[in-house]
Amino acid sequence: MERNYMKLEFLSKSSNESFARVVVAAFASQLDPTLEELSDIKTAVSEAVTNAIIHGYEYGEGIIIVEAKIIDNEIEILVEDKGMGIADIKQAMEPFYTSKPNLERSGMGFTVMETFMDSLEIESKKGEGTKVRMRKKFNSLSSKE
Amino acid sequence: MYISVEKHKDNLLIQFKGELDHHSSEIVRQKIDQQYHDHGIRNIILDLRGLTFMDSSGIGLIMGRYKNCVEKKGKISIVNDNPHVDKILKMSGLLKIINVYPTIESAIENI
Repeated sequence: MERNYMKLEFLSKSSNESFARVVVAAFASQLDPTLEELSDIKTAVSEAVTNAIIHGYEYGEGIIIVEAKIIDNEIEILVEDKGMGIADIKQAMEPFYTSKPNLERSGMGFTVMETFMDSLEIESKKGEGTKVRMRKKFNSLSSKE
Repeated sequence: MYISVEKHKDNLLIQFKGELDHHSSEIVRQKIDQQYHDHGIRNIILDLRGLTFMDSSGIGLIMGRYKNCVEKKGKISIVNDNPHVDKILKMSGLLKIINVYPTIESAIENI
C-alpha cells in the first residue's frame, strides 16, 4: 500500500489562497493525475481555504491547517480553522446560500467542493472552528493497475 | 492577476490574465465597476480565455457584473475556450442567463 502525508500551516491571508492550492496540487502530482483532476483539487482547496478566511476568521487572522494524505490512488485533504464555526451546516451547504451577499460571494463554495471531489465531510463547532475533509480517487493511476 | 479594461466598439471589453480567486476578485471588481461607470457603456464582454484558474469567487464576480448590466439595460457576454472555466460556469447555472462565445468578434456580432 502506497502512503504519504503532508501538513501545512499558514496565516489566514487571502494572498495565501494560491499558495495553499499550489502546494496541495504539487503533493497530489505524485499520483500522476490528469490536468482536469489537478484542476479539480486546486479549485476544491481554494474554496475551503477561502471559506476559512472569510467565514472562520471573519473577525481576525488565525492559522489555517491543510493536511493531505495519499493512500494508494486516493488523496484525502483536510482544511481546518480554529475560527468561529458554522452555525447551520445544512444551510451553509445549500447551493447559492451565502451569509455574505454584500461581498458578492456566489454561495457555491461547498457545491464546488462536492462536485469536484468524490466526498465531502464537514465538522464544525460554534466558537471552536471547522474541519473540511475531502477525498478524491485518481483514475489515471487506477486505470494503469 | 492582470486585467485590461477598454472600450471596444461600444462595449466594455475586459480581458483577464492569470488566476481569479477571492484574493484577486476584489481589485478586479473595483477596476471593472469604475470603468463601467466612467465610460457610460451598457454592454460588457468578459474575455476569460487568459485565465489559468478560477473558483467560485469568479462566479460571484460575474453575477455581480451581470446585475449591474441588467440595471443599465445592457447585455453581458463571455468569451471562453478554457475547459476548467467552462466546468465551473456550467455548474453555476450562469450559462442559462449569459451566452458564451469562442471569440470577441462572435460575441460582438451577437450583442
